[in-house]
Amino acid sequence: MDPAALKYAKTHEWIHVEGDTATVGISDFAVKHLTDLVYIELPEVGRTLSAGEGFGEVESVKAVSDLYAPASGEIIEVNESLADDLATLSEDPFGQGWMIKLKINDASETDSLLDRAAYEAQCAADG
Amino acid sequence: MLQTACHAWHVQQDARMVDFAGWEMPIQYSTITEEHHAVRRAAGLFDIAHMGRIEFTGVEAAAFLDSIVTNNVAAIEVGQIRYALVTNEAGGILDDVLVYRLDDSYLLVVNASNRLKILDWIEQHRGGFDVTVEDRTTEKFMFALQGPRAIEILNPLIEDCDIAEIGYYRSAVVNFGGEPGLLSRTGYTGEDGFEIICATTSGAALWNQVIEAGANHGLLPAGLGCRDTLRLEAAMPLYGHELDETTDPYTAGLAFGVKLDAADFIGKPAVAEKKAEANRKRRVGLQLEGRRIAREGAIVFSGEQEIGQVTSGTFSPTLETSIAMAYVSANHAAAGTTVEIDIRGKRHAATVAKLPFYKRG
Repeated sequence: MDPAALKYAKTHEWIHVEGDTATVGISDFAVKHLTDLVYIELPEVGRTLSAGEGFGEVESVKAVSDLYAPASGEIIEVNESLADDLATLSEDPFGQGWMIKLKINDASETDSLLDRAAYEAQCAADG
Repeated sequence: MLQTACHAWHVQQDARMVDFAGWEMPIQYSTITEEHHAVRRAAGLFDIAHMGRIEFTGVEAAAFLDSIVTNNVAAIEVGQIRYALVTNEAGGILDDVLVYRLDDSYLLVVNASNRLKILDWIEQHRGGFDVTVEDRTTEKFMFALQGPRAIEILNPLIEDCDIAEIGYYRSAVVNFGGEPGLLSRTGYTGEDGFEIICATTSGAALWNQVIEAGANHGLLPAGLGCRDTLRLEAAMPLYGHELDETTDPYTAGLAFGVKLDAADFIGKPAVAEKKAEANRKRRVGLQLEGRRIAREGAIVFSGEQEIGQVTSGTFSPTLETSIAMAYVSANHAAAGTTVEIDIRGKRHAATVAKLPFYKRG
């Protein structure tokens, strides 16, 4: 994925929409900030998420962070291999480190999310 | 916020800085895991200038210290260091400290978070003792070189002393970069190594000398993040987690720092009573089955019975498992006991483990 072409939630998840399918992960900034990842918990396929709903947790030595759905939809695929290889998430958060795929009904939900420039500005402000 | 002599260096290295007890300190330079492994396998250099350094002089310095700490200060020889607790009247721990006996003085190294409280405590209780107390924290810098390669890195920099000769929990005043430095064979990582106290004005220069000397030995600067994972593997208690004003030295498993047959100290009767109490809680290690971290406050269960609470937890980089320390009831404290820990509403299986989790070979 090209980070510049993605939309971002303030809570650091990214989303890529293609037709009615959306791929969701967390950003390079989030991964760098967390460092030392030890654990991830992702949901089951078939669960329906509302925008803003928690869908899992990622834990680092320092803290646990909840993962939030940037858009509503049904989970159609989960990246099961991440749990066994969190290095993938650290090294390639926009590619192999994706977390879930959603079947979405309303792509316009992502209109209110941040583009890359706005997201980077938020990260810079947060330090 | 207070800054150490190496603050500019940390910032220049792009370290992640945090507020720790009023000091702006580096939590990590690279990753906690990488710095942790450097300390276990080679060496790490820690800025620990936030620790309080309080000097005691005068003919009754030892007698006064004996009245406020649990160890036997009168028995400490010049060059020796002892671990001790400062306790309140109820036997609760106000701080855990190191007492150094130097040529003409004693030095108390206290936790950053407790420095002002202990200085107040000293003022309240010094009474008629002939003792002069000086807080040297800001005028002295303190850093720690820890790891199996500490001696070979540091020895060439010390002109007048073979530092391998300094025994464990012993100190020596040495010539370091043309200035007197106080070197002690102490640390908070479970590795061999030294803690160094020098003038704040020479702190940055000496820090740089060690960094350069260690470059070919795998030395990394190491932040407070890995200091915590290292001390947890070594089962060393941390004030504010395992230790607080409601916990006594025996419950905390720190009997080695208490000498009930020596001088009277504040809280001694209460501490002695705790020693005699058979059913007090125990500080134990817990090894979790999954990778989740059991953090401070997580409740420990045996079946439906609540038996204790986690005081610190982390993912051990050395053992590659999730570990924690907890206080549990005495009848569930034996190594091998299986328990469950509630982490964010879910039960996780764990086993009581023998402490320390890690002991150097």
